[in-house]
Amino acid sequence: MERIAKDSRVATVEARLKALLLQGLNGEAPAYQSFLAELGAYLRGFFRKKLFGLPDEVEDLVQETLLAIHSQRHTYRSGQPLTAWVHAIARYKLADLLRSHYGRERLHDPLDDEMQLFAINDIDAADAKRDLHALLDTLPERQRALVVHMKLEGLSVRETSRVTGVSESAVKVGVHRALKTLAAKIKEET
Amino acid sequence: MKTEQLVQMLAVAAPGMDRSAINRQQSLALMLGVGLALVLMVATLGLRADLAQAAALPMFWLKLAFPASLALAALAAAWRLGHPGMAVNRATIIALALPVLLIWALALTVLGQAPAAQRVALLLGATWRECMLHIFWLSAPIFVAAFWAARRLAPTRLRLAGAACGAFAGAAAATVYALHCNEMQAPFLAAWYLLGMLLPAAVGAAVGPRWLRW
Repeated sequence: MERIAKDSRVATVEARLKALLLQGLNGEAPAYQSFLAELGAYLRGFFRKKLFGLPDEVEDLVQETLLAIHSQRHTYRSGQPLTAWVHAIARYKLADLLRSHYGRERLHDPLDDEMQLFAINDIDAADAKRDLHALLDTLPERQRALVVHMKLEGLSVRETSRVTGVSESAVKVGVHRALKTLAAKIKEET
Repeated sequence: MKTEQLVQMLAVAAPGMDRSAINRQQSLALMLGVGLALVLMVATLGLRADLAQAAALPMFWLKLAFPASLALAALAAAWRLGHPGMAVNRATIIALALPVLLIWALALTVLGQAPAAQRVALLLGATWRECMLHIFWLSAPIFVAAFWAARRLAPTRLRLAGAACGAFAGAAAATVYALHCNEMQAPFLAAWYLLGMLLPAAVGAAVGPRWLRW
């Protein structure tokens, strides 16, 4: 009984998140934001269970996986189960982390249960150990300014464009590049 | 930084995306790689002198079809390996195995029917060493293009993905080389063409975990 209830809950989550992602891929930022936020909560639950020996790494890994999902979103095919796609990326990032921590031997822990991914929703985000602010400082000045305006001051694309005198599309491109650089730097650190 | 802030940041950074533009770049890269291999082959080795007459023989087309079908199958495998959650399915495995099994069956038949004294000649031809090496170095530009394209996807099994990219490069290079080479015996193809294609695949498997990591 419990298993059936869990399966149908997973199916509902799959359908809802998939709808949000597809809207996001069509350029709807609010839907995309809900998708990432909700996905982050599931990833947190998933990683917390897998990383019981490394609780400090959970939030970093959630953020890194969200960045990876964002930068690789073009590899999602709409005909494919979202669960399988997200799970493959989450498992890849998890294995990458474990490999750098323990070396190969510890990878025999089975990482295959896809059902576990959407089973635990953990919205209680801890602060990431890694200080992204420090990383931000290493970005080129122009990109950093864009990210600071949009993130720290919470300005919209249009407001940022007005403040910085950069066109709206250039703001979007700049923030996008900044995030890519950031993801690369996170990669270097681990 | 809080994850919430990261999510907000990612969401404002233009969530929409043009997948077809990326796929176009990838196809272009692969075509450039194969084109460059073709130019290199014509410039350094030259097309076989009797190309027009050879084109009338079924064996000539079989010799092209064998590596070309493997190239398509390896490309399909690399494509699937580049998409998270899309396992290499049975159809792809059959597409990879079938050309090899068919050429081996043909090779064994030819060897079985030949007089014992000719078998070694059928297998080694006149150019077995060059064949392997030429396929190997002709695969280099295609190899680079394939890895460039694969890095724009998200492979999660890096060794396999690297092997698939290398196999594509090797098989495409063998197709190009077949326009120069004048060996026409099935046993030769079954051994040396296959080895020539497997070399880049092995290199791909070796460098995959490092070059494809993201």
